[in-house]
Amino acid sequence: MSLVARHLEATGTTTVVVGSARDIVEHCAVPRFCFTDFPLGNPCGKPGDVAMQTAIVGAALDLAESATAAMTTVQTPHRWDERGAWRTNFMRVGPDNADELRRRGEERLARQRARRAADR
Amino acid sequence: MAADVDPAAVTFVRYMDRSRDFYAAQGYDRPYRWAQHDDAPFRPLDRPLAECRVGVVTTTSLHREDDGDAPGASGRAFAQAATPHPSRMFTEHLEWDRDATHTDDVETFLPLRRLEEAVAAGTIGSVAERFYGVPTLYSHRRTARNAELVEGWCREDGVDVVLLIPL
Repeated sequence: MSLVARHLEATGTTTVVVGSARDIVEHCAVPRFCFTDFPLGNPCGKPGDVAMQTAIVGAALDLAESATAAMTTVQTPHRWDERGAWRTNFMRVGPDNADELRRRGEERLARQRARRAADR
Repeated sequence: MAADVDPAAVTFVRYMDRSRDFYAAQGYDRPYRWAQHDDAPFRPLDRPLAECRVGVVTTTSLHREDDGDAPGASGRAFAQAATPHPSRMFTEHLEWDRDATHTDDVETFLPLRRLEEAVAAGTIGSVAERFYGVPTLYSHRRTARNAELVEGWCREDGVDVVLLIPL
């Protein structure tokens, strides 16, 4: 998505990326980025929270007008919850799930091999 | 159960590290190479925001009742009428946090109603008649081709500002 923003901006359209994966967007480098520190899935606000969604969309629109240089990131003030357990749970790799992940990878590999054999 | 996080130590999640380790644990030995640049193009607005037409790009796909491939799920970009607003979008093929949240409220990632309200409030001039879908692809080359499609649609629709919203 960041590559699309770069292309649109380079061809004359003002862009704002609205998202929650800050490292990925900033690694690619985009003109403007409105960042909300949420689990992936709701970059424009929590489900059912119209006031928060209005605020985040508003912040993104403000940024379209207020940014004066490329690679401007604005972080909205919202927090997902007090505990923040989602930060450690997502795509977690630990002693308790290492076997399960390895098995999942092996199954996928076996499916790919079977597909290739069937295509021959 | 995961330990509580010390708020003083909170910083944003490093998804590149996280996904590399997650897929390495599944036997993938070649980590994905994320696009990387040191600078970015910049096009300042040439008119007040209140006069601008705003378009939206999503990484989600159109939802279909039948079992056919959802438009967007096949890897090709699409343009879709923004009204009536879609009541749901297809997100099952994408990577997002299924434990922490859900994607049943479309406005949380495709905020067409919130943008209509911004028009009513006078913040922006109008919302583009179509929104655009660009699937997340591993191939930078195919993404570049989709970017050209979106550029063309934005030009046809007279879009001044684009919000790009990866799920």
